[in-house]
Amino acid sequence: MIFALSPNAQWVLLSTLILGAASGIVGCLAYWKRHSLLSDALSHAALPGVVVGFVLAGAKNVPLMIAGAAASALLGAWLVVGIRDHSRVKEDTAMGIVLSVFFGLGIMLLTIVNRLPGGNQAGLDSFIFGQAASMVRKDVYTMAGLALTVLIVTIVSFKEWKLWLFDPLFARGLGLPGRLMDAAYLAVVVLVIVIGIQAVGVILMAALFIIPAVSARYWTHSFGAMIALSALFGGAAGASGTLVSTMGEGWPTGPFIVIAAAVLFLASLAFGWRKGVLVGALQRYIRKRRMRRRTFHGAS
Amino acid sequence: MKTELTLQTEESKTTGVPEGDETNAGGSSGPSEETRQARRIGGPDPAEPVLVVRDLSAAYRKNPVLADVNFAVGRGTLTCIVGPNGAGKSTLLKVMLDLHPRLTGTGSFFGTTYQKVKSRVGYMPQRGTVDWDFPADALDVVMMGLYGQIGWLRWPRRKHRELALAAMEKMGIEHLAKRQISQLSGGQQQRVFLARALVQDADLYFLDEPLAGVDAATEWAIMETLRALKNRGKTVLVVHHDLHTVRDYFDHVLLFNRTVIAHGPTEETFTRDHLARTYGGTLRWLEAVVP
Repeated sequence: MIFALSPNAQWVLLSTLILGAASGIVGCLAYWKRHSLLSDALSHAALPGVVVGFVLAGAKNVPLMIAGAAASALLGAWLVVGIRDHSRVKEDTAMGIVLSVFFGLGIMLLTIVNRLPGGNQAGLDSFIFGQAASMVRKDVYTMAGLALTVLIVTIVSFKEWKLWLFDPLFARGLGLPGRLMDAAYLAVVVLVIVIGIQAVGVILMAALFIIPAVSARYWTHSFGAMIALSALFGGAAGASGTLVSTMGEGWPTGPFIVIAAAVLFLASLAFGWRKGVLVGALQRYIRKRRMRRRTFHGAS
Repeated sequence: MKTELTLQTEESKTTGVPEGDETNAGGSSGPSEETRQARRIGGPDPAEPVLVVRDLSAAYRKNPVLADVNFAVGRGTLTCIVGPNGAGKSTLLKVMLDLHPRLTGTGSFFGTTYQKVKSRVGYMPQRGTVDWDFPADALDVVMMGLYGQIGWLRWPRRKHRELALAAMEKMGIEHLAKRQISQLSGGQQQRVFLARALVQDADLYFLDEPLAGVDAATEWAIMETLRALKNRGKTVLVVHHDLHTVRDYFDHVLLFNRTVIAHGPTEETFTRDHLARTYGGTLRWLEAVVP
């Protein structure tokens, strides 16, 4: 089936697969940092930067738009931390503020730019829901480079992530540079977001962060296995969602990827080996039967 | 002079300490600078101070939590820090270990700064500060105590695994090595945390409520371990809550309520008068604690 696709569609498929895997890995870090909402805030916060990058370039220039997205996502992160530390507002509220304000600003800028001559041909709208079909071979190289970076960063410092996520106080007591870990974490999160929004869109990007990680949690009790599984789920969701979206003209990729991820989540919720609902019920049933048999034998 | 020589040998065995720092700690002629400082600030005068805290103060936002904290702890002592809830005991540990910003003051570890002798200082946070649902088994968590020795960005080897298992054996939890941490009981989690502190092989330990919410068997096992540490010349500071066991368990006591109320050998320091000043309020319940 894959071979029946046009060469461009094959590239697109490959790139969303890589993207899904990378965001699955980083999503695991965000999950244990209890930062699922942060990825949502940052991806929404990237939108104004994309538009500004487009205006500065005067045409669709992907690297410049990615740089703009990164700058505005980081500004959003900085604002969340600033609001949290210098007011009585809690972190989740701060994220809610940043998310909606940046998204509103992005849509406003987008509307203005779309009225400019040549603006509405730029495909800026595709950054909202994602349009993987608009990607070309060069984008795939960018994504492969990104995924490789994320992979190397997580594997080389695997034990540091584990320590930092589980017990940050003890980690700093051991001399693990907390600031450096914070910066590296934010860097990989923003990296995955800015490269992913072209394919998945700012609104749904967070789903690709959160859903593979929670799905993986149902299958394993090991942090390493959870990361590997989350990468697998993310990659599978990215690829299958893209595959379905190529069947129709102009179908957005993001929603299909998210639905594919949700299907994987439901399957994990039910059949997950470690925390799945069905497996848990089965275990309880067996235990009950065993207990009943034992009391029965004891009575006779 | 003799005591200082033993101190030097104790120190030279440690890893990762720059050469220059060791000479500072013992001093080579007469009482060291640390000893003289300890004398000047009052309080007990330990022969071999491994920790000297001077004029420490800290705040949460604008609320002061620590003020004018001065004390010195001698080598090979087992000290408990007691005080009411909200007295800043955990914060005191965090400020000394640079985990919480300080407003004023200094902490001197082995005659030098904490940053230079980090590997000789072990810390055990409260059990409740981490999420025990994290996907890891008990051995994983104990191994974390070795991460400093393994070195950043390096993978642990079999040698480290064996060290971790040995520490778990000391705490009587080697059979739980492969158990999920979420499936451990509170006492078992506490033992895992202590085993993690043990593998650090530090010379000075800060333990935040190791005896909170554990059963009698665990309490006994933990106290055995702490006594063994003390007998090996290690220094242990413990945040503690149960006033009934202070006399039995600890040779030194530091009564604390935002500042040091009293500090010294348990026999002399753990008095009704000092406790009343630490906890305030009526004296009636104190009669049950200090007969």
